[in-house]
Amino acid sequence: MYFARLLRAAGLAVGTGKVMDAVTAVRIIGIGSRQDFYWCLFSQFVNRYDQRELFDQAFHIFWRNPRIMEKMMGAMLPTIHVDEDSEHEKLNRRLADALEAPGVDAREERDSEQIEFDASFTFSSREVLQDIDFEAMTAAEIVEAKRAIAKLRLPIMDVPTRRFQRDERGYRVDMRSSLRAALRSADSIPLKFKKPRRRHPPLVMLCDISGSMSRYSRMFLHFMHSITNDRDRVHAFVFATRLTNITRHLRHRDIDLALDNVADAVSDWSGGTRIGACLKEFNNTWSRRVLGQGAITLILSDGLDREAAEGLGWQMERLAKSTRRLIWINPLLRYDGFEPKAAGIRAMLPYVDDFRSSHNLKSLAELTDVLSHLQPRIVGSLSRRGVAN
Amino acid sequence: MTTSLPDSIEDTLALLNRGNYIADRSLATTLFLALKMGRPLFLEGEAGVGKTEIAKVLSTALGRRLVRLQCYEGLDVSSAVYEWNYSRQMIEIRLAEATGNIDRENLSTDVFSKEFLIERPLLQALRSDDQGPPVLLIDELDRTDEPFEAYLLEILSDFQISIPEIGTIKAQTPPIVIITSNRTREIHDALKRRCLYHWVDYPSAERELQILTTKLPHIGAQLSAQVVAFVQGLRKQDLFKLPGVAETLDWADALTQLDKIALDGDAIDSTLGALLKYQDDIAKIRGSEAAKLLEQVKSEVIQLEASNG
Repeated sequence: MYFARLLRAAGLAVGTGKVMDAVTAVRIIGIGSRQDFYWCLFSQFVNRYDQRELFDQAFHIFWRNPRIMEKMMGAMLPTIHVDEDSEHEKLNRRLADALEAPGVDAREERDSEQIEFDASFTFSSREVLQDIDFEAMTAAEIVEAKRAIAKLRLPIMDVPTRRFQRDERGYRVDMRSSLRAALRSADSIPLKFKKPRRRHPPLVMLCDISGSMSRYSRMFLHFMHSITNDRDRVHAFVFATRLTNITRHLRHRDIDLALDNVADAVSDWSGGTRIGACLKEFNNTWSRRVLGQGAITLILSDGLDREAAEGLGWQMERLAKSTRRLIWINPLLRYDGFEPKAAGIRAMLPYVDDFRSSHNLKSLAELTDVLSHLQPRIVGSLSRRGVAN
Repeated sequence: MTTSLPDSIEDTLALLNRGNYIADRSLATTLFLALKMGRPLFLEGEAGVGKTEIAKVLSTALGRRLVRLQCYEGLDVSSAVYEWNYSRQMIEIRLAEATGNIDRENLSTDVFSKEFLIERPLLQALRSDDQGPPVLLIDELDRTDEPFEAYLLEILSDFQISIPEIGTIKAQTPPIVIITSNRTREIHDALKRRCLYHWVDYPSAERELQILTTKLPHIGAQLSAQVVAFVQGLRKQDLFKLPGVAETLDWADALTQLDKIALDGDAIDSTLGALLKYQDDIAKIRGSEAAKLLEQVKSEVIQLEASNG
C-alpha cells in the first residue's frame, strides 16, 4: 500500500502488521464513503495526538489523486516537486520531503544507506557540525543541526521547594509516617524522616528575531520548541519591535506546525530592534505573570539596539531584580576580540548573571551545563555592579 | 442573621451594597450566576481592586461563615486540608501503654479518629452549620504550585476529601467558593474551566467616587472629587504599578488625617507614598508631573461642578 509507505516516509511509525490490519479493517468496512474510509485508516495508523495533522494532510493529498503519487513514488524522480504545493501552502514540510524522496524501488537501498549515514553522523559529522557557525551552515547542515537540537534536553536544575518527601536520610522527622509505622511495629515508634523536595524553577526565554539575528533566530526557535516540549513551566517570547508571547504556539509537538503558528502570530520578523521598549513591555505586562516562583530568564539576543539603548539599563535592572538568574546568550560573542562596544550591549551587560555565546551546537549544549549547575547569585553583586557602572 | 441567596442580578447588587461594596453590574452578574449554578467564582485582577473583599462582604451579607485559605508556595495537604494531632496521639499511645491496655486494633482506630484530626480550611469548608454552607475563600491561588492546583481541582469537582484512616468526607451542600489570583502565574486551564471567570478591573470615576464616599463618609465632597480625578488621571500614565482602589482609599484617608480639604502640590508630594509603591513611579510623578495632573484635575472638577450646577 503506497499510502502506508507515504506515511512511513513522513515519519509515522507504520509497521507491516499495521498495514495488514488496515487492509482487513477496510475490507470489513468496505470502501463506501470517504469519511468512513478516513476514520478507518485513522484508527489504524495514528496513535498519538500529534500525528493527527500529518495524517490528515497525507490523506487528503494522497486520496485526492493517487495517480500522481504513484508516479512520484514509482518513477524515481527525486526532483519532481509536488504540484499541489501551491494550493496546499500549509503542506507539512516533512510530508513534502517524503514525497520528494526517491521512489519505491530505491527505498530499501536508501534505508541501508540511511543507517550507515546515521552511524557516521554520530561520530564525525556531528563533531564537524558542532563547530560550524549557524550562519555558515548549508541548508543540509541546518537540517542536521535542527535534528540535533530536537534531541537536546535541558538537564533539569533543581531548587529546594517547601514541600517534603519521605527520605530515610532526611533531617526532619516525618510525624505522619512515624505514627503510622508505630501502629504496625511491636513496641516502639520507629522514626521516619523527610527532606525537602526539589523541583526545577520556571524558565522564561526572550528571543530576539530582528534582522541582525535572522540567521540565528530560526535555530533558536527550534531550540525553544524542543525545550518547551521537554519540560513544564516554560514561557517563550520573541521580540524585535514588539513583544509576542509564543508559548502556546510552541506547545504544538510538530515543529513545522508550531513554527507556522509562530509565524502567523508574529508580525515583526526581521525588523529593527527595540530591546529597551520590548523589555519594558515585558516588565510591565508579563514579568509579574511569568516570573513568579523564582524563574530563570534567558535572553537570546545580539544586543544591537536601534534606539541606542535608551532606557535599556533601567529595564534590565528591573528584570534582573525580579528573576532568579538572568542569562544572556549572544551569538556575536564567537568573534575573537569581541568587545562590548555597542551601547545596547554595554547597557545590558552589568545586569546579566551569565553571558554566553551560542553560535553553534556545541555552545547550545554547553548552555545546558550552565543551566544545570547554577550557583546561587552572590548577594549584593547586582547593586555593586550597578554602582560600578 | 441568615439571608437566602439572591434571586436576581439586582438582588445581588443590593446584597453587596448592604455590605458596603459597590460592585459594577458585570461583577454582580457573574456572582449571581456563580451562586445560582453552584460554580466556583474565579476572580483575577490587579492587586488592590477588592477581590478578597467580595468574599468577606458576601459572607457577612449572607450571614455565612467565612473559611479562608491563604495560599503560599509549598502549601500542602497538612496545612490546607487536615493534619493529625501528633502530640495528642503520642500521649494517647503512652496512656494506653501505661494502663497496660494495649489492643492494637482498637488503638489504631482510636488514635486515628476524628478526635485527633485537626481540620484545615478545605476540610472545614465541607462542613455546613446552621447558617448553611460557608463561603470558602481561596486567596491568591497563583502563589501555590501546580500540584496543589491539581489537588484543588479534585476537591472543587466533587467537594469530597478522602482521608485514608477515616474514609471519605463529603459536603452535604457544597460551599460557595471564591478563588482569587493576582496573576503572578497563569492558572491552569483545567481549573479555570470549572469556574466562572471574572476580571476585576479598576472602577470608573463615578463608581470610585461612590466607593470613596461609602467607605469614608467624613471626607469632603471637593477633596473626594479631586482625589478620584487625580487617581483616574494617574491610571492613564505609564507606570509600573497603577494604584488600585485600596490605594485610593488609603490616600484619601491620609489626606483627611492631614486636615486637607483640597489637593495641593505639597500635599500630593508628601503623601504620594500612600498611592504609588515603586520608587521609580514616585520619582516620575513627584513634582512637575503631579502639578500638571493637578491643574488638569482642578479644571475637570470645576467643569463637572458647572455642568451639575
